Amino acid sequence: MNRQADDTIKRLLGPAEPELQCDECFEKIDEYVDFELQGDDADQLIPGMRPHLEGCPACHEEYDSLRELVQSAE
Amino acid sequence: MPLPSSQSFSSPSVAAESQAWVDALSSSGRERDEAVARLHELLLRGARFEVSRRRASLAHIRGEDFDDVAMQAADDALVAVLGKLDDYRGASRFTTWAYKFVLLEAGVRLRRRAWQEREVVLDSESWTQLAQSSPGADTDAERSELLHTLSECIGEGLTPHQRQVLVALAMDGVPIDVLAERLSTTRGALYKTLHDARRKLRTEMSERGFPVETTLTGGGKR
Repeated sequence: MNRQADDTIKRLLGPAEPELQCDECFEKIDEYVDFELQGDDADQLIPGMRPHLEGCPACHEEYDSLRELVQSAE
Repeated sequence: MPLPSSQSFSSPSVAAESQAWVDALSSSGRERDEAVARLHELLLRGARFEVSRRRASLAHIRGEDFDDVAMQAADDALVAVLGKLDDYRGASRFTTWAYKFVLLEAGVRLRRRAWQEREVVLDSESWTQLAQSSPGADTDAERSELLHTLSECIGEGLTPHQRQVLVALAMDGVPIDVLAERLSTTRGALYKTLHDARRKLRTEMSERGFPVETTLTGGGKR
C-alpha cells in the first residue's frame, strides 16, 4: 500500500538535501566513482552528489554505467 | 604535462598509468597517433558496454543501429576528451575520466533513439489526476490528501514553464535529454528548472500544513 503514491511524491518533490546540478555532477562523477571503488567515503568527500543522483534519473543511469564499467575493467 | 601531486589514488601505479596517458596524448607524431588510437579503442569499448546494457529495453532498434550509436558516441567522446585534456587534473583515474564522456554520449543517443517514435506531450495535464486520488486499496487517506494538495500546488504555485518541465520529467517519464532536444535547451537548464519547481512545491506544501520532511514517513497534515 502507498508504494506507487510514495514514488510519485518522491519524483515530484525530489531530494530534500542540497544537491549538485547536472553540470557539477558530470564534473565530479569520475572522482565519486573512484572514491567509492577505493572504499573511501564518497558522500562525505563530494557532498550533494548522492541527492542529485536520487533526483536525476539520467545522471543516475550514467553513474550506474560508469561504476559498472570501471569495475568490469579492473 | 605533469599532473598535480594532490591525486587521491590509493595506488601509485594508477597515478603513473594516468600520467602516461596524458604524456602520450600530449606528445606528437607517431606516439600521439598511437595513443589517440588506443583512446578511441577504450572509448568504443565503453560505448559498446553502454549499448549492450540498454539493448534489452530498446527492442525496436536494429542491430546495425546500435553499432552506429556506439561508433558515433566513441568518435564524439574522443573529440571531447582531447579537447578537455588540459582540464584533467588527475583527481580520478584517467580511464574513469575518459569513460564518463563516452557514457554521456552513448546515453543521450540511446535515450533519444528510444523516444524518436514517441510523442512528447509538452502541456500534459497528467498532474490533474493527482487530485482524483481517493483512499483505497493502493493509497491511504493521508497519502490521498497529500496528492490532492500536491496537485493544487502544481496548479497554483508553479509558473507554466516549471509545471511543463516538472510534469514531463517527474510524472510522464520523459527522459531529460529528450525533453531538452524538443525544447531546444540543455539538460543542465532543465534540471535547474526542475530543481526550482521542486523547491517551490516543498515550500508551498509546508505552508499548507504538510511539512515536507514528514510527507514520506507516515506523517500527515499538521
